[in-house]
Amino acid sequence: MPEKSLHRVVVTGLGAVSALGNDIAGFWRCLCEGECGIGPLTRVATGELKTRVAAEVKNFAPHRRFDKRQLNLLDPFAQFALVATDEAVSNAGLSFSDGLGARTAIVLGNCIGGDAVINQSALRLYGQKKAGLHPLTIPRAMNNAAVSHIAIKHGITGPAFTISSACASATHAIGQAYWMVRHGMVSAAVAGGSEACLTLGTFKAWEALRVMAADTCRPFSRGRKGLVLGEGAGTVVLESMRSAVARGAPIYAELAGFGMSADAADIVHPSVNGIAAAMKRALSDAELAPDRVDYVNAHGTGTQVNDATETGALHRVFGAHATKLAISSTKSMHGHALGASGALEAIATVLAVHNGAVPPTVNYSGPDPDCDLDYTPNLARDMPVRAALTNSFAFGGLNAVLAVRQFA
Amino acid sequence: MMNLQQKVMDAVARAVPLDPATVKPDSTFEGLGIDSLDAVNVVFELENTLKIRIPEDFSVYEVADMAELTTAMKAFLGTREDCLA
Repeated sequence: MPEKSLHRVVVTGLGAVSALGNDIAGFWRCLCEGECGIGPLTRVATGELKTRVAAEVKNFAPHRRFDKRQLNLLDPFAQFALVATDEAVSNAGLSFSDGLGARTAIVLGNCIGGDAVINQSALRLYGQKKAGLHPLTIPRAMNNAAVSHIAIKHGITGPAFTISSACASATHAIGQAYWMVRHGMVSAAVAGGSEACLTLGTFKAWEALRVMAADTCRPFSRGRKGLVLGEGAGTVVLESMRSAVARGAPIYAELAGFGMSADAADIVHPSVNGIAAAMKRALSDAELAPDRVDYVNAHGTGTQVNDATETGALHRVFGAHATKLAISSTKSMHGHALGASGALEAIATVLAVHNGAVPPTVNYSGPDPDCDLDYTPNLARDMPVRAALTNSFAFGGLNAVLAVRQFA
Repeated sequence: MMNLQQKVMDAVARAVPLDPATVKPDSTFEGLGIDSLDAVNVVFELENTLKIRIPEDFSVYEVADMAELTTAMKAFLGTREDCLA
């Protein structure tokens, strides 16, 4: 059988809902202005919590976007995904009738599924001792609900599923969609992630790990105290370069490579070997020399251990060039949105490449001896970005890295 | 005190949801645009409002209209310990 050649893959649509706004324009403006979306936690009564900050989505107004019947079926994580996807698809100018629907994939990342529904159901069953749960509990809570609703709404009948790999979920999802387009299995893909996890149950569980910051998220900074939870959704539209160019589509950047690894080390602590391997594999998949990379959107959760380990891995992968990289963690602004994070960060990376501007790491209070690189502190930087990496290193040591290149 | 018929119709309207003014004794499920997923919600709401337990094999589609639904629900009154007649 003759070997098929691989397609080059480009990004033709973007959509986002996050603490930095409910569309791409708001998202990018906040990133450029270094505006931090972290603030007081309002979604949950904070009396029992030590952590009282979060990166909440604001003014989402679900009752203006969905009717009562739709809301009955949609947990917020599915609502966010639908809105981000609507924007990305409209942005890309794609229509799924005329057969494209059957040749489009949907792959989204998600960690917890319908967290609000799950918490409400637990309260009903164990707290209020009610005999039964709401009939729509399963359809609302299931992790795949976002993908299913997107397929129904847009008439997409190609491969469609949800990926769950903790903090790397959306990056893995975009990577899988990338492979499907690259191999010609589909002509287009809708990929990204969503998460709506700001519930008492989730906060308590994260607090118990003692990795949450009570003040704010300061990746790579002296005095960093841990992560701040966020929420939202990010969606990208991927197409083969050939079909995008043929239809005159807007092209933001090329998705040039994808690398993955498992640490096989510790269930919570990252391993420098594992994360370095994922970055190296992304570079080699993209046929990108390390010194051609200008920007790295770091995993940068703001925990002591991640930021130090990630810095060590960057040194190892980039060698002398590491000190020339502009690095930043946009989690400092949109928080750690778990299953949506990888998507929000991929979008920030694509926009950095497209616009020639690197978003900052905000809340940076000074250098830390373990983090000795250039993290673009506090102010965005206008500079050409020929190529970039976006890193996601999940709990359990599952790593995913995307390589993005300027589209020429 | 509201009669049973009105309670049933209000519960149906709340469950879907529908404008309560559109639900009449001779309204049918099909006529109201109530699909199978809505029907599950209707059963749930009736159980909670009337404090009854509706058996798994009961199908809302076996009743012709709201008046018949009320008759069917009457048979289930008293099936829960905390029920109201």
